[in-house]
Amino acid sequence: MAEPVGPRGATLRVVLRVLGRLAARLGGAVFVLWAVASVTFFAVRLIPGDPAQAVLGGPGSQASPEALAAVSSEYGFDQPVIVQYLTQLGRLSTGDLGRSYALNMDVGPLVLSQLGSTVLLAVLALTLAWLLALALATWSTRGGTIAFRVGSSLEIVAAALPHFWLATSLIVVFSIWLGVLPPISTSGVAGLVLPVLTLAVPLAGFLGQIMRESLQVALESPFVLSARARGESERGVRWVHALRHASLPAISLSGWAFGSLISGAVVVETIFARPGLGRTLLNAVTLRDVPVVIGVVMIVAVTYILMTLLTDAASRLVDPRLRLL
Amino acid sequence: MSDLEVQAELAAHSSQSRQAGPARRLGVAEGAAGVFALFLLVAAVAPTLLAPGDPLHIDPLSAFQSPNFAHGFGTDESGRDIYTRVVHGTQYSLVIGATATVIGLGLGIVLGTLAGMLGRVVDFTVNRFLEVLFAFPGLLLALLFIVIFGPGVATATIAVGLSTAPGYARIIRAQLRTVRSAAFVEAATVLGRTRWQVLLRHILPNTLAPLFVLATLGIGQAIVWAATLSYLGLGAEPPTAEWGAMLSAGRTYITSAWWMSFFPGLFIVLTAVTATVLGRSIDRRMRHA
Repeated sequence: MAEPVGPRGATLRVVLRVLGRLAARLGGAVFVLWAVASVTFFAVRLIPGDPAQAVLGGPGSQASPEALAAVSSEYGFDQPVIVQYLTQLGRLSTGDLGRSYALNMDVGPLVLSQLGSTVLLAVLALTLAWLLALALATWSTRGGTIAFRVGSSLEIVAAALPHFWLATSLIVVFSIWLGVLPPISTSGVAGLVLPVLTLAVPLAGFLGQIMRESLQVALESPFVLSARARGESERGVRWVHALRHASLPAISLSGWAFGSLISGAVVVETIFARPGLGRTLLNAVTLRDVPVVIGVVMIVAVTYILMTLLTDAASRLVDPRLRLL
Repeated sequence: MSDLEVQAELAAHSSQSRQAGPARRLGVAEGAAGVFALFLLVAAVAPTLLAPGDPLHIDPLSAFQSPNFAHGFGTDESGRDIYTRVVHGTQYSLVIGATATVIGLGLGIVLGTLAGMLGRVVDFTVNRFLEVLFAFPGLLLALLFIVIFGPGVATATIAVGLSTAPGYARIIRAQLRTVRSAAFVEAATVLGRTRWQVLLRHILPNTLAPLFVLATLGIGQAIVWAATLSYLGLGAEPPTAEWGAMLSAGRTYITSAWWMSFFPGLFIVLTAVTATVLGRSIDRRMRHA
C-alpha cells in the first residue's frame, strides 16, 4: 500500500501512531496485571499448612475435620490448583477480590473503603514534597556556594530519614513537648499535618536534589541566555524557562515517588493509627490474611501502572520534544 | 524505577556537577562519613572496645534514666544502657544490610548479565519479568515474601535482598549494554580477541567497578528497610539490640522516654547518610580517575 501523502495523510499517520502506542501500553499494562495476579497466586501456594486452617484461625484453633472440610469446599480449596487459578483469574477480571480470612468480609469493599484515606495522604504528601523541593532548589541555586552546600546537605539528610524515626521524632516534638498537634490521625485537618510531613520530607530530599541539578543545567543553557538577552526578568527566566526543564526529571520520578509513598503509608498509617491501605496491608501480613494481601497488592499494582502512564503523559505535556518520538 | 536506581542516578548527577570540585580533595562531609564508617566497623567487629558492658544486662533500679553522665544515651524500661545496645546493635544492622545487599546484588548480576549479554529473546523475557516485579513497589515485595515465609530476621533479610534485586538487575543490564557498544570493546573485537577474552578482559571490569558504588548506596538502603521491617514487628524482635527493634520497643514509652527511640534512629540516619556520601565519593573518584 502506498504511504498516505499530504497534510491529511500526515495527520492520519500521527493518529495511527498514537493509537498504536496506546494499544501497546495498554497491552503491557494488562500483561503486568495478569503476571502480578499469577505471581501472587502461586507464591501464596508456598505457604505451608492448610489454607482452610488459616481461615479458621490458624493451627491453634484445633478446628474439627468437618469444619475444615466445610471451609475447604466453601473457599474452593478442595479443587485442583489449575481450577482454583482460573477461578481466581476469572474473579479478578470482574473486580471480585475474594473474601478476607480474618475479617469475614469481602476484600473489594474493604480495600476500596481504605483507598481514599491513603490517596489523600499520598496526594498531599506529594504536593508538599514538590513545593518543598522547588523552594529548596530555587533558593540554593540563587545563593552562592554556601547556600548550595547547605541546600544539598539538607537534601541528603532529608532523603536518608526513615519514615518511622521521622514520625516518632515529630510526635515527640509537636505532640508531647509542644502539644500543638495530635499524635493520632483519625480525623480532621490537624491530624493530617504530621503524617503528611513525615511522608513529604524524605521525598522532598530526593526531588530537591534532582531538581537543583537540572535547574542548574537549564540556567546555564543557551535558551536562558537568549531569554536574558531579550530582556526577560530574572524571575521570568527562572519560573518560566528554567523551571520547565528542572521539573522534567522530577516528573519522571513521580512513578517511583508513588511507590515509596505506599511503602511509607504502611509505616505512617500504623504509627499515627490512621485508617488506610498501608495499615490494612500490615495487619493482613501479620495475620496472614492472604486474600487481603493479594487485594491490596493488586490495587497498588493497578495504581502504579496508572501512575506510570500518567507521568509519561505529563512529561509529554511539559516537554514538547518528547511528542516527536 | 526503584529506590536504588534513584540513588544511583543522583550519585551520577552529583559527581558530574560543577560544584563537585576536584576529585583529589577530601571534603568535610567525606571525612566525617569516613570517620563514622570506621566507628561502625569497629562497633560491628569489636563492640566491647567502644562499649564494654553487656547490651542485655538488666538493672531495674536504673530504668528510664534520661541521658546522663553514667548513661550517655539513657536507659530503657529494664535499665539496659541504650549506648551499649546501640553499639552492639551495629553488628545486626550491618550484617543484615550486607547480607541483603549480597543477595540483591547477586540476583541482580545474574538477571542483568542474562539480559545484557544473551540474545534479544532473553533480554525481552527478563525485562518483562523485571517489569512485573517493579509493579510491587518499595516494601511490597518484601511484605509479600514475609506473608509467605513468616516473620523473622532471616526472612526479613532475604525479603529486603529480593526486593532490591530488580533495581540492581536493571542498572547492571544498562551498564553492560553501554560498555558492550563502547569503542574499546569494538576495537578489541576487531583486533581478533575471542568473545570470552572481550567479556573477561574488557566488559566485566568496566561493569564491575560501578558495582562498588551501587553496593555502598544499596547497603544504606538495605539497613533502613531491614530496620523498618523490625520496627513493624516482622524482623528482629526485642530485646535484641537491633536498631529497628529498639525503636519498636521504645514506641510504648514514647511519651516519657524519647531517648529510647531517638538514639537508635539517629544511628540509622547517620548510617544511611554515610552510605550516600561514601557512595557518591567513590562514584566521583571513579569517574574522574
